[in-house]
Amino acid sequence: METAAEKSPAPVRASRARASRRQYVIYGLLACAALVFLTPLAWLLATSLKPVEQTMSMPPTWIPRTHSALLDGERVEVSRDYQVTQPGVIAEITAGPEAGRRLLFTDEQAAARQAEIRVLHRVESGWWRVTERSATNIVARTARWDVVPPEAIESRVRFRWENYPKALVALSGKSVEEIEAEARRGASAPAAAAPASDAPGFSTFLGNTLTVCVLGVLGVVFSNALVAYGFARLRWRGRDTFFAITLATMMVPFPVLVVPLYGLFKQLGWIGTLLPLWAPAWFASAFNIFLLRQFFRTIPEELSEAARIDGCSEFAIFWRIILPLSKPALATAALLHFLFAWNDFMGPLLYLTRQKSFTLALALQSYQSQQSGVQWHYLMAASAVTILPIVLLFFFAQKTFIQGIATTGSRS
Amino acid sequence: MTPRDRRSLLSGLGFTSLWIVGFGTFVAYPMLASLFYSFCDYSILKSPVWCGFENYQTLVRDDLFWKSLRNTLFFAGLAVPLGTITALSLALLLNCEVRGRAFFRTLFYLPSIVPVVASSMLWLWMLNGKFGLINALLAPVLAPFGLTPPVWLADPAWAKPALVMMSLWGVGNAMVIYLAGLQNVPRELYEAAAIDGAGAWPRFRHITLPTIAPVIYFNVIMGLINALQIFTQAFVIAEGAEGNPARSTLFYTPYLFSTAFYDLRMGYASAMAWVLFALIAGLAWLATRLMRDSLH
Repeated sequence: METAAEKSPAPVRASRARASRRQYVIYGLLACAALVFLTPLAWLLATSLKPVEQTMSMPPTWIPRTHSALLDGERVEVSRDYQVTQPGVIAEITAGPEAGRRLLFTDEQAAARQAEIRVLHRVESGWWRVTERSATNIVARTARWDVVPPEAIESRVRFRWENYPKALVALSGKSVEEIEAEARRGASAPAAAAPASDAPGFSTFLGNTLTVCVLGVLGVVFSNALVAYGFARLRWRGRDTFFAITLATMMVPFPVLVVPLYGLFKQLGWIGTLLPLWAPAWFASAFNIFLLRQFFRTIPEELSEAARIDGCSEFAIFWRIILPLSKPALATAALLHFLFAWNDFMGPLLYLTRQKSFTLALALQSYQSQQSGVQWHYLMAASAVTILPIVLLFFFAQKTFIQGIATTGSRS
Repeated sequence: MTPRDRRSLLSGLGFTSLWIVGFGTFVAYPMLASLFYSFCDYSILKSPVWCGFENYQTLVRDDLFWKSLRNTLFFAGLAVPLGTITALSLALLLNCEVRGRAFFRTLFYLPSIVPVVASSMLWLWMLNGKFGLINALLAPVLAPFGLTPPVWLADPAWAKPALVMMSLWGVGNAMVIYLAGLQNVPRELYEAAAIDGAGAWPRFRHITLPTIAPVIYFNVIMGLINALQIFTQAFVIAEGAEGNPARSTLFYTPYLFSTAFYDLRMGYASAMAWVLFALIAGLAWLATRLMRDSLH
């Protein structure tokens, strides 16, 4: 490149230099934007793999780590609870009702109670209080603990994938103790690891979500293809007026419809079931009719004419000619509906009354509001599980997604 | 009507029959019913009782209604312009001939398909006043000026700007639409302008902008409709429909939702819904006028 530039006349060289400078600026801006867009997702993933106390460490750290220390001569995995701010001692109480308990004393406290304690070792400020962490023993009361110098703590990178199964159990609203109890049961008798309580769990929520998504997608594809065909490929009196009205309904905000719809579903006995979330999809919708109609209109009319001359019925033309040619548009409608149904929150919040019919989005929100934000590692793990299928779907069908979105914009 | 006309009408109605049912059941009936309810005293437990304009008169005197309307307009007023600028800038960057365009496009698009409940949860954590990543990054920058970062979603003054920031993370959808629009701008126009010696800004102002004006119009209208109906983000971050902290995130739709389904004042909620509909229609009309004027 350099030799080529040296041979070029000066103005060309200057404009090339300008062009390459421009390239650097563009890449610089793109890289900055990419960093901003990616950071939240990376933070979600990092948090989901951390032990709980690391989520609350300041300044925050990115790489999930685990710590171990010697407790009673045994190297065990520990959580770092806090740093001691004053020098003192760890001592065992030798008399009174609290005999046998080990506590952390400041030097003055230790001096005052000299007679009734037995000093075990000194503690300097900056040392860490650590608590043993094990599958069966997370409640601090019963766990072993000590205060140790920072250099006695061994730290290494470890991704806590076990946060994920625990987060999924937590989704059903169980407390940490129950989760631990379940883990204990699972550890002692792996064969009997099935959930012991009858509360609906992750698999129920996933099943509900998939039911709503799949039945909805089938309905959207079937109904909208039929209806869009009627608008795109047939000429009939009133068609254009009806189509104009159909387009106009896209402007109607959902709150205008919500009260009578709720009343209707209540009359039908659908409240508390998944039906309100997927059944309406079988009766077409303005947006999808529009999307498919636009596509159907691009198919040459001669194909239909030829088939009509051959004596094909209108339904046969639709079924055998138009549908097979419209796979990309049908896939777009299917994907967009899947995405909508998977992400929908207001619908489930309105119509689902019992936990056993919750979808994932609703279960996630209800878990979060119950434990009011302290188990961020579990919350992030559960969120990641909710996001993952959508991300996978996106990567498998990226082209359909992007083209579909792009065509929705070109309707004006 | 000739037999042929009748036959084609029948087959047209036949193909669209599902939508005729769907339109009647899920659009037309609910619209008419809610318009009727908006003039009634109605809880779902008893049949509606006509009360004339009472609901609308009460609305005018309802402080929470005005609060929710102000909050919503504040949010939309920030989120729509900033979202448009962000999405359009990203699309313009991607429209430059750069290698790895598909990679960047994927990256910017991805957050927009993340389920809103999950992304709200994520931002709730990112914006946590004590342990959040945002403040951890901001604190050392602000410290030399003697400032401390806000607690965002827990601070009535910062909760709405924080929600706007969240919404900007999801501009990928609009960006893809802009990018498609930009790629439809005829290349010859740019070449002709380059020969005339037009710089980057005149080219953008006189070629790009007029060509993609319909796409901007579409995105702004859709963005406005969505922003005015903000619900899930607010519901998740405020842990309910009350608009915590201090009603600063009491938006229109959550207020309507709680009026209808917690207080069971469904007539009143329907009146609110029709006011929202009128607002959206009015703004859409205004945008259409602006669009038409700017093109001529």
